[in-house]
Amino acid sequence: MNELQLLSLLPFMVLAAASVVVILLIAFKAGHTVIQVTGFIMMCLVVLAMWYVKDTLPMLVPPLFIVDGQAALFTGLIICCVLVVGLLSYIYFEEREENPKEYYILLFLATLGGAILTISQHFISLFIGLELLSVSLYGLIAYLRTRNHAVEAGMKYLVLAAMSSAFLLFGMALIYMETGSMTFAGLSAKMAGQTGTPVFLLGMGMMIVAIGFKMALVPFHLWVADVYQGAPSPVTAFIATSSKIGTFAVLLRFAHSVDLQQYPLMITVFSVLAIASMVSGNILALRQNNLKRLLAYSSIAHFGYLLVAFLPGTEAGTEATIFYLVAYAVTLLAAFGVIVLLSNGEDEADQLEGYKGLIWRRPVLGAVLTIALFSLAGIPLTAGFLAKFMVLSAGVERSLWPLLIVLVLTSVIGLYYYLRVISTLFARPEPAIQTPGPRHPFFYFSTYAALIIMVGALCWLGVFPGLILQGIRSFLLLH
Amino acid sequence: MIILLLAGGVLCWLAGSKAPALGRWIALLTVTADLLLACWLCWCYHKFPDQSSWFINYQTTWIPSMGVSFHVALDGLGMVLLLLTFFLGILAVACSWNEIKEKTGFYFFNLLWTLAGISGVFVAMDLFLFYFCWEVMLIPMYLLIIIWGDSRRQYAAYKFFLFTQAGSLLMLLSILALYFIHGQQTGQYTFDYFELLRTTISPQAAGWIMAGFMIAFLIKLPMVPFHNWLPDAHSEAPTAGSLLLAGLLLKTGAYGMIRFVLPLFPEAAVSVSWWAMLLGVAGILYGAFLAFSQTDIKRLIAYTSVSHMGFVLLGIFSFSQIAMQGVVMQLLTHGLSTGALFVMAGMLKERLHTRDITRMGGLWTSMPAMGGAAILFTMASSGLPMLGNFIAELFILLGTFNVNVLFSVLGATGLILSALYGLRLLQKVFMGALVVTDPVRDLSMREMVIMAALSICIVALGLYPQPVIDTVHHLSFTLQPLHHE
Repeated sequence: MNELQLLSLLPFMVLAAASVVVILLIAFKAGHTVIQVTGFIMMCLVVLAMWYVKDTLPMLVPPLFIVDGQAALFTGLIICCVLVVGLLSYIYFEEREENPKEYYILLFLATLGGAILTISQHFISLFIGLELLSVSLYGLIAYLRTRNHAVEAGMKYLVLAAMSSAFLLFGMALIYMETGSMTFAGLSAKMAGQTGTPVFLLGMGMMIVAIGFKMALVPFHLWVADVYQGAPSPVTAFIATSSKIGTFAVLLRFAHSVDLQQYPLMITVFSVLAIASMVSGNILALRQNNLKRLLAYSSIAHFGYLLVAFLPGTEAGTEATIFYLVAYAVTLLAAFGVIVLLSNGEDEADQLEGYKGLIWRRPVLGAVLTIALFSLAGIPLTAGFLAKFMVLSAGVERSLWPLLIVLVLTSVIGLYYYLRVISTLFARPEPAIQTPGPRHPFFYFSTYAALIIMVGALCWLGVFPGLILQGIRSFLLLH
Repeated sequence: MIILLLAGGVLCWLAGSKAPALGRWIALLTVTADLLLACWLCWCYHKFPDQSSWFINYQTTWIPSMGVSFHVALDGLGMVLLLLTFFLGILAVACSWNEIKEKTGFYFFNLLWTLAGISGVFVAMDLFLFYFCWEVMLIPMYLLIIIWGDSRRQYAAYKFFLFTQAGSLLMLLSILALYFIHGQQTGQYTFDYFELLRTTISPQAAGWIMAGFMIAFLIKLPMVPFHNWLPDAHSEAPTAGSLLLAGLLLKTGAYGMIRFVLPLFPEAAVSVSWWAMLLGVAGILYGAFLAFSQTDIKRLIAYTSVSHMGFVLLGIFSFSQIAMQGVVMQLLTHGLSTGALFVMAGMLKERLHTRDITRMGGLWTSMPAMGGAAILFTMASSGLPMLGNFIAELFILLGTFNVNVLFSVLGATGLILSALYGLRLLQKVFMGALVVTDPVRDLSMREMVIMAALSICIVALGLYPQPVIDTVHHLSFTLQPLHHE
């Protein structure tokens, strides 16, 4: 490994160091605020490091890693999500007066797992990244272990994630048996010109089960609603954004290296997964009265939409998926930010009745949630619309008509439940409940500011996406 | 003009939260300024020598990487509809002057943004921009219904939004298909209307792509069997909302057909014309029959809209020049007459707190001025000579007669039916024995002004429709390729 290769891994080393720094701080009995601020600075350092090394990209670090524009893009996105999640965590955990210090270790380890996924080009690094992510998530989900649902959610995730890891390993083993290679590049060299032997395809199928589990595609979605509901809200936000983005990044790279789209069977499998996710996700969300569960089911549907852009395997498709993920991450973080700000020490603010007339009681939060929901529903003036538009256009380019028709019809179903929440927000308010003033004014207002910035970004992306599209393109051309 | 509306809307919101009255005045001033601007443009347009080309054509880049530009253009048709938009916009502001008591600022914000979306639709010459505006007008409308609507507002608002959204997403698919076909042919990916006009499409593909557009426009128009959302949305919306829905939103569907479906897919349009005309006639008769059996005054008017829009569909797909002029007239006059009826329904509701016409009756004695206006507009709506609607429907039927006698005759029976429901409405509400015992106020000064403005317009259009016909004369160029079939 030469110097440049080491340099290109700098952001990831800073990220790994972040957990160690937090451990040391805990050893020296630092307070929550100190840890929070240090964590924030460390994450900023990661971004700075990324900026610093961007001229050396793309850089191959054989055999495990490849650091290129796409990886930088996804890692940046993950880090930005974690910055927001960290901010949300402070208020959330201070309200509950639990000792949340170790929480940050787990959070940063999980982030490291996600970031490793974005640069992995080898089965080993893929597995390490995925396990680092899931093992930290077990802890994170069940972190508030005295709460209702927390342990249940943690157990559910533990059992199912362990099973999916087993599938992943078995799939890898089968592929290794067939090709004798574990790097993505080696695989594609071995498979070049072949149509895919049964064992190879079986191995791929097993890996898809594991990846599908992580991204919560139907029929591997059974954990989603319970985990989303049971986990602390910031953790839910993390699972919904960073963890899924990381998994999607590795899927994208894997598909790109082995040219997944050349196997008709794989196309069929992914089409079926996409259709099943879009249909069941949207239908299951219809009757939910719990906002977190509703967002869980809607996220299933959103990854179904995402697969529609992923399937063509074209440049436009990749661009569309990345834009979609950016829009989706910002939107979901804004929505979860509102949930966190409304939660109090006792309950999560996840029941829909609690949101009645929110827009009149707390206009800023109400407006943020409304815009976020409009963005999820894909209404113009928001980023969600352009994201959906790009997905549609990627699909139309390759004439995936059945998928597109399903996408359109299910988005109309989806619209129904988003509208249901929005109409609750706009309902006549009940007699106002006195909310106690914020106990941590600084963090409270910085969270507010973050929310407003995110909503501003949503509208800006929805109306003038030119700049960010150019950015995505220039990053992607690097590889 | 659009920016003025958008900015005015935001101002209203800000001002309205401090002082409701200020919000009202800002809204009124904004729309009036737009109307004056539109009038000035119209005056310029009449001096404009070459009426077959575009009067204003402005283009600038928006999202260059996807071939999206901000391209607006104005011709006679757009001009007429813009005038109507701002005129009804003023009335909408005026008639919600006292009706809206809470959150006034936000209300006028939504109202102005709806208007901005609608005027955007009438001038957008980039399909992406068109779709954008098409959606922009829906959200504020949805909010208008769901916040200030009547008792069943949630149900109505969902239905309205889901129906129109389903249609518009299909339209989006069609737009994208067109975009890629054009891109593959010329290597230039663009959403520009004039570029896309030059695309040659295989007949089968054209059929499918047109279907996407048609469904969106038919839902908006609305046409049987897609009319389901209309009565609910109309009856639950606040008065100004109904006014905008009937007067303007329905027009965007017709406008879309004239502007996009016919020029982009001439062959495919010809091949479905018989079916479209059949649907039009079905709409005329079905709407009229259902209007006759309604007891809710707003629902009644809503069904008459279904019936009148049937004429529009019939006229568009007869591909005759006279009918096309009738269609434009019909768009204008229907906006005025139905708008007036909705305003009146709103006034009745404000006074009597009911929309049930069986619980009204004999109102003539207490409010003769309103009764007079009501007679005028019901007569206009049933197509009495001297009033604008007569000219419109006559032109459409004349144009259709050359093409298909049967449909023309059936359409004409719709006129008889419309007289029936019109008379029934008048009789139940204003004639007969006095049912309402409480004293009822007659029209106030503000309401008088609204009614007078509407009455003058509709009579003027009936007596002297030539300016409108001249303005949309150039539409015959749209029709020409259709006759070569």
